[in-house]
Amino acid sequence: MFFPISGAHISPIYLVIVGFVIGILGGFFGVGGSFIAGPALRLVGLDWNFAVGTDLAHIVGKSVVAAKRHRALGNVDLRLGLIMALGTIAGAEAGAQLIQALKRAGNVNLVVSVVAIVVYLSISTFMLWESRKTLKSEKRQLPQGKVKGSIAKKDKSAFRPVTRAIQRLKIWPMIALPTSGVKAISLWMILLVAFVGGLFGGFLGGGAGYIRMPSMVYVLGIPTHLAVGTDLFEIVISASYGTFSHAVKGNVDILIALVMHTGAAIGAQIGAISTQYFAGPKIRLAFVPLPLIGAAIVIYTLFTGHKL
Amino acid sequence: MTKGAARTFRAFAFELMIYGLLVTGYFFLVLNLLGEWLRQVEVQHRYLYAGLTILLIVGQAVVLESLTTFLIRLLRGRSE
Repeated sequence: MFFPISGAHISPIYLVIVGFVIGILGGFFGVGGSFIAGPALRLVGLDWNFAVGTDLAHIVGKSVVAAKRHRALGNVDLRLGLIMALGTIAGAEAGAQLIQALKRAGNVNLVVSVVAIVVYLSISTFMLWESRKTLKSEKRQLPQGKVKGSIAKKDKSAFRPVTRAIQRLKIWPMIALPTSGVKAISLWMILLVAFVGGLFGGFLGGGAGYIRMPSMVYVLGIPTHLAVGTDLFEIVISASYGTFSHAVKGNVDILIALVMHTGAAIGAQIGAISTQYFAGPKIRLAFVPLPLIGAAIVIYTLFTGHKL
Repeated sequence: MTKGAARTFRAFAFELMIYGLLVTGYFFLVLNLLGEWLRQVEVQHRYLYAGLTILLIVGQAVVLESLTTFLIRLLRGRSE
């Protein structure tokens, strides 16, 4: 099929399948899936600028579907999502400026690649350690085989003491997040988490759900199911901003995004529904390979000089 | 495979088939008709194009979400 805006010839079936896979990942983990979508679009010959902008447009559509489904399941904290959107947009702009500064210094590829590898490996290692430790302690406390239903939504974490210490920091203004079960937390902590997520998104590309979702769980103390749903809601706002910005710069082929999204629409529903059957630590354990895939792609690009 | 799982799998396969047919029709009718017009807008009115990208992707998301929800309810009853 010919896409006149980018001038690319791409099979629509390929785009639907890529969208479907990313839709499942997004619905289940609350991530945009840019670490797969970008290379997948590049693989069929789309220029990098179009791959990045088009992926963002597709993320908007996919996140609308998944966030709506999560909202129906009671997994979206609207107040938290709106506050985080502000921090994310500011962070994304700062990340983009950092990239421009590195471009001027002439070492952008090496610096971004090394930072990406360190960040991805750190997230995977930490989440593997934490979720396994939590699951082991749960096994000791719970009768065998009881993980479905009501128990699936109860969320324990081996990192909880650190989270509680962060929640006790009294930096004015303090706000309550009743939907997430947080009695009081500093507004600045929420904005900081969102800003850092946005910074990595602007710096490394994509929605940076791989860093924001774990940060919401471990730093803010949001239950995993709510972190997934709220992250998706927040991605709708921040990715819309990014899409508009890229479209103005001529980096979005909306027709490709629309085709990809037809697959993502059904994948996101399946992913979102599946979260009901898994407890928080199991979702976090299943999340571990995702940043590793991102790290593998960056390492491949760094050592071979080829872009996937 | 248990009876329940087999039934869910059959319903899902049927759902995918209906969805696939609808999406194929969508590609050939809507995208072919919109393609050239959108390219013109993208070249001549960049800000209008940027606004249209958001409207189109969100609009499609809402319509497809309603469609898939309808299909799921139709095939599996109101258990979802």
